Amino acid sequence: MSTTSVASHGHAEAHSSMGVRDFVRTYVFSLDHKIIGLQFLFSTLLWFLVGGLLALGIRWQLAWPWETMPVIGPMLFSGGGSAQNMGGQISPEFYTMLFTMHATVMIFLVIIPILAGAFGNYLIPLMIGADDMAFPTLNMLSYWFMWPAFICFGASFFVAGNGAASGWTSYPPLSSVPEAAPSSGDAQTLWLLAVTSVGVASMLGSVNYMTTIIQMRAPGMTMFRLPMTIWAMFITALLQAFALPVLTSAGVMQLADRLVGTGFFVPEGLVVNNSEPASGGGQPLLWQHLFWFYSHPAVYIMILPAMGMVSDIISCFSRKPIFGYKPMVYAICGIAGLGFVVWGHHMFISGMNPYLGMTFMTATMFIALPSAVKTFNWLGTIWGGKLQFTTPMLFALSFVSMFVIGGLSGIFMAATPVDIFIHDTYFIVAHFHYVLFAGTAMAVFGSIYFWFPKMFGRLMNERWGKVHFFFTFIFLNGTFYPMHILGAVGFPRRLADPYHYQTFAHLQPMNQFMTMCAIGMVSVQVIFAANFFYSIFFGPAVGRNPWNANSLEWCAPSPPGHGNFDFQPIVYRGPYEYGSPEVDTDYYPQWQAPPEATETAAEPS
Amino acid sequence: MGHRVWSLLFLSVPIWGIGSIVWAIADLPGMERHWLPANINDHGQVIDSLFNFILYLTGGIFICTGLVQFWFLWKYDAQSNGEPVKYVHGNHALELIWSLLPAVTLLFISFVQLNAWADQKMRRPILSTGPDGIAGTLDDILKPPLVEVTGRQFEWRYRYAGKDGVIGTRDDVHGVSELVIPMDEDVVLAIKSEDVLHSFFLPNLRVKQDVVPGMKQYVWFRANQAGIYDIVCAELCGWGHYKMRGFLRILPSKDDFDQWLQEAYQAQELKSYTLDEDEE
Repeated sequence: MSTTSVASHGHAEAHSSMGVRDFVRTYVFSLDHKIIGLQFLFSTLLWFLVGGLLALGIRWQLAWPWETMPVIGPMLFSGGGSAQNMGGQISPEFYTMLFTMHATVMIFLVIIPILAGAFGNYLIPLMIGADDMAFPTLNMLSYWFMWPAFICFGASFFVAGNGAASGWTSYPPLSSVPEAAPSSGDAQTLWLLAVTSVGVASMLGSVNYMTTIIQMRAPGMTMFRLPMTIWAMFITALLQAFALPVLTSAGVMQLADRLVGTGFFVPEGLVVNNSEPASGGGQPLLWQHLFWFYSHPAVYIMILPAMGMVSDIISCFSRKPIFGYKPMVYAICGIAGLGFVVWGHHMFISGMNPYLGMTFMTATMFIALPSAVKTFNWLGTIWGGKLQFTTPMLFALSFVSMFVIGGLSGIFMAATPVDIFIHDTYFIVAHFHYVLFAGTAMAVFGSIYFWFPKMFGRLMNERWGKVHFFFTFIFLNGTFYPMHILGAVGFPRRLADPYHYQTFAHLQPMNQFMTMCAIGMVSVQVIFAANFFYSIFFGPAVGRNPWNANSLEWCAPSPPGHGNFDFQPIVYRGPYEYGSPEVDTDYYPQWQAPPEATETAAEPS
Repeated sequence: MGHRVWSLLFLSVPIWGIGSIVWAIADLPGMERHWLPANINDHGQVIDSLFNFILYLTGGIFICTGLVQFWFLWKYDAQSNGEPVKYVHGNHALELIWSLLPAVTLLFISFVQLNAWADQKMRRPILSTGPDGIAGTLDDILKPPLVEVTGRQFEWRYRYAGKDGVIGTRDDVHGVSELVIPMDEDVVLAIKSEDVLHSFFLPNLRVKQDVVPGMKQYVWFRANQAGIYDIVCAELCGWGHYKMRGFLRILPSKDDFDQWLQEAYQAQELKSYTLDEDEE
């Protein structure tokens, strides 16, 4: 018990006669990693909705530019004296804001916090057999530091400019000279404050995850008995810890450029839109280097945990050990290591020295290698198994299928000469939506279906889960796959009306098809939301291990109480012993003592 | 729904994926081009070849992994697979094969493109090889830019080198929006920005270069077809980014270009007597 009792503070009071103060301490400012995880989950799902609606605004403009959106158009853009939104149509300023805030919300408020914040928090202590995180107070703060970000991003919609609009990459001078655009004023300042706050939250989380995974594993849980989810979370935490300080510093530097007249990112004497000449001495490319030094590793922060969770789901529903456990672990480490030396591939045509581009190109090419290894091992895992086509399994399988597309399209843009043509076109947009939506978001859906019984003690509806999967899968491909074709024509990103270029004028029908698919894709999420909330209260109640899975979280009660385990789990083997000949069942949990072993404390009480 | 339906759903991924790419490339009659726009740059062909090479390679891998995934899903379904699961934890030889094969392939792609990249971004056309008589050395006399292109919110401005071939002298010709260049001639452009980031994108010439305030970049190409083409701004530069459109007019010969330049110069002389002042 010595390694696991570090965090057992006296906060696990009895639930009866709960006063307001107790309620606040249990459910609001909770120190319990499970409550914090759920707080992250609910917050991020809510922002997921916001981000999705922002995306529909983008899609509307690309399909029917300058036309009034039915019903909500007049409500949103009636003008009312505002110079920006007249006559019920999306103004170009508003469109720039839409894609900026869509990306910002999805990346900073959905994907990163739902993977590390929600699933990392919920699963790490349970899967390693700990009773809580190493630093519960830090953990609570990591959630509550998201709130300044929620408030700043939210408030930025209501100040001048109606939201930041210099792209989620916030490239100076557009972002750092307030006169450069209507939304480069207060909205941009709020954006920078919010990103800084998200950074603090992630940093608090990552320190905690690393410490917890290194220090608080249950007896017998060696590093190579950790589930892939935990390995992925561990490597992700390392990435965050080493990359984030750079973004935070860069954010503060840009704030200083804007507010106190420094000149880190603006050249001397620069005048934008009749602004005061900049005091100067700076370099706009410096921001790009600093930004991508974080944001490229962040790309892996946004996919590695999903890969880990998918590995666990696939092995469980193939009823078969994962293929190549150690190569999978090394592949994650390889992706993370290379992830630090490839940021320049976002800058091939930025004006960066082309010799440097060659170096980054080679490193970038090689990141396809560990990704390929992972894909082949997932295919190896389903080979020769007994596959159960449950909802989580379908989502996990679609992750593999979609990740292949997103991975392969990456090779095009890693090739520097090809990138000259496809850079800043929809080919890039296709690539990262295949990785981030078709990949990570699908894995997140699968993981919600998979761990829902542990979180709430009830199952989600399988039939509706499959309906949700089917339509999401169809519509996402209808939305994102044609983007490859647009990109091959050179269709640029971030244009409010691309059709006045003769090169792109004929692409509008294709965009209309994509928009209809996008509307369908967002609409079917109603099924998911209904299933999710209904099942919390009325889903069929289940026991500890509804999927007959092997890893430690399934030996805790569903949902686990404070301190997680009602006995001390001892780990005897790796988490993927499905179909083992040693036992009669087709699974062989980590906590189950071997038949010949003497009586231990490993039996559930 | 049974496992067959799900297996077929996953089979449909490579079928639709490859099918729609073939449809896009096919250039069916009555349909405008849905693939790489016509290339009119002598140096651009190599980019298209590389694009197609990667397309065939990744397309092949896409089909193979898609079919393998489909076949495994079809065959190893719990209800129809009567055999016990294969209790294996991996295979060292397989791991080696599927690590080394991609590694060699990726190394090959990295090297095969180096020359194309150098041609586009490093080996600017030269006037002469310099004293040592060897091209590609430091003493090469580089070809001077024909036009200086300036991006600003939200238009492209041009400054032609005039008769003396030097930009910044009194005989420079100024223009906005429409850039005129000669065909079958190595053209070097100096591009810069006056305010924020822009990106100078010529889709038909496979040219793209961000312009950064405080820096000056060069692009070069050799157009092989006369006509009017799009100049696109490909880097977000503010609310008017979408309308920062330019036109590239390619004249059939150097003589035509010289004549046009002469006429433009005379027209400019007639209507303006403040040439030496800056544009603003």
